[in-house]
Amino acid sequence: MSLIAVTEVRKRFGANEVLKGINLDVAPGEVIAIIGKSGSGKSTLLRCINGLETIDEGSIMVAGAQLADDELHLRALRLKVGMIFQGFNLFPHLSAGRNVMLSPMVVKKISAKEAEAEARARLAQVGLEHKFDAYPDELSGGQQQRVAIARALAMRPLALLCDEITSALDPELVNEVLQVVGKLAEEGMTLLMVTHEMRFAREVCDRVVFMHQGRVHEIGPPDIVFESPKTLELRQFLGMT
Amino acid sequence: MAVGLDFGALADYAPVFAKGVAVTCELTLVVGGLGLALGILCAWVRTQGPRVIRPFVSIYVELIRNTPFLIQLFFIFFGLPAVGVSLGEMEAAILAMVVNLGAYACEIIRAGIEATPRGQYEASASLAMSRLQTFRYVVLRPALQRIWPALTSQLVIVMFGSAVCSQIAVEDITFAANFIQSRNFRAFEAYIAATLLYLALALLLRQGMRMLALVLFPRRRAVR
Repeated sequence: MSLIAVTEVRKRFGANEVLKGINLDVAPGEVIAIIGKSGSGKSTLLRCINGLETIDEGSIMVAGAQLADDELHLRALRLKVGMIFQGFNLFPHLSAGRNVMLSPMVVKKISAKEAEAEARARLAQVGLEHKFDAYPDELSGGQQQRVAIARALAMRPLALLCDEITSALDPELVNEVLQVVGKLAEEGMTLLMVTHEMRFAREVCDRVVFMHQGRVHEIGPPDIVFESPKTLELRQFLGMT
Repeated sequence: MAVGLDFGALADYAPVFAKGVAVTCELTLVVGGLGLALGILCAWVRTQGPRVIRPFVSIYVELIRNTPFLIQLFFIFFGLPAVGVSLGEMEAAILAMVVNLGAYACEIIRAGIEATPRGQYEASASLAMSRLQTFRYVVLRPALQRIWPALTSQLVIVMFGSAVCSQIAVEDITFAANFIQSRNFRAFEAYIAATLLYLALALLLRQGMRMLALVLFPRRRAVR
């Protein structure tokens, strides 16, 4: 059974239909890259999956939790999927450790002691156990993004949504973040990532989704999608023509 | 014409000034705490609270911000007894000042809340936090940090508002100066002394707010 089931999802911003009937099933442990030009709807799709955007038609299920418009359903769904953003979005007034501890404490109501142990473990997982007391403005972009990953992991999600998580980073910082994500993939985390890192997508992903004008234009294993694209649009996107 | 200044004439009245300083400080601290709490509550309602009570908060805020403080004070002290609510002068002063500060603080804090980057809400939402949890743990502290200088100025203004309360016989610094100059006719000296006391207290209050900020906001403001 699929962990994430996206069925006939349509999304409009005013008169502009950005998602035109998307179907996508993600199996547990699967790593999927979503690629495509800007404006193709890939970020919107990701944001719909945890309810940051509402959908106009269709349905989205994550591990049995149905996406619905009320806060109760949304929060149930968001307990199952974590999200990492292009702009990190760490809480500036809290240390790295506190950033990771906050949600387990206020949402899951676990004790400060347990939350701290969990935060230290998650920070260690992203290689930042020594930065527990550092504030976001004392960290590099790559370190901030790794804290954001630790923060999402501390909620023990079944899947992680990554929205262009290396796009705001200086080139030399991209790899430290990708390494963390690669390790998560190896450990069996379900990942759905919008990315421009084609080499990474090729090496790590089980399937690649190419989106074009609000539709899933091509989908398949990376060697097929990258080696022998079927459509003109994908060949153009990959710079093969 | 030579003006003979005689500050020695004030020496006998030092206890009166001391009482005035104590009353002004008490009013400022009590009103500062309560008014800020009211301001935060109202700012929350106006930005993300229940829609049904938003208009009431708006009416309150606009009513207070568009009428003179003296009238608000007189209404509470002289007007309310007509409907059976009689307050002592200190209670009336505190109530009037809290109601006044609450309205101004609401608008200042609201500006701080509205400057919260959208990413902070999205990150909180993706971590399954409720709107109230997000406000309390994520939005509020950086919002206060953003508007802390404006809030400090408003608090100083409120302290000066306590001078108005001398009109209903609250024995603050202004009351003391009035009292003294009516006894010894040394108006010049009395009001210079009052001026210096207010100046010292205002500078002290600003310094106190700066130090409070260091405790409340360990980090400088976020860039994004």
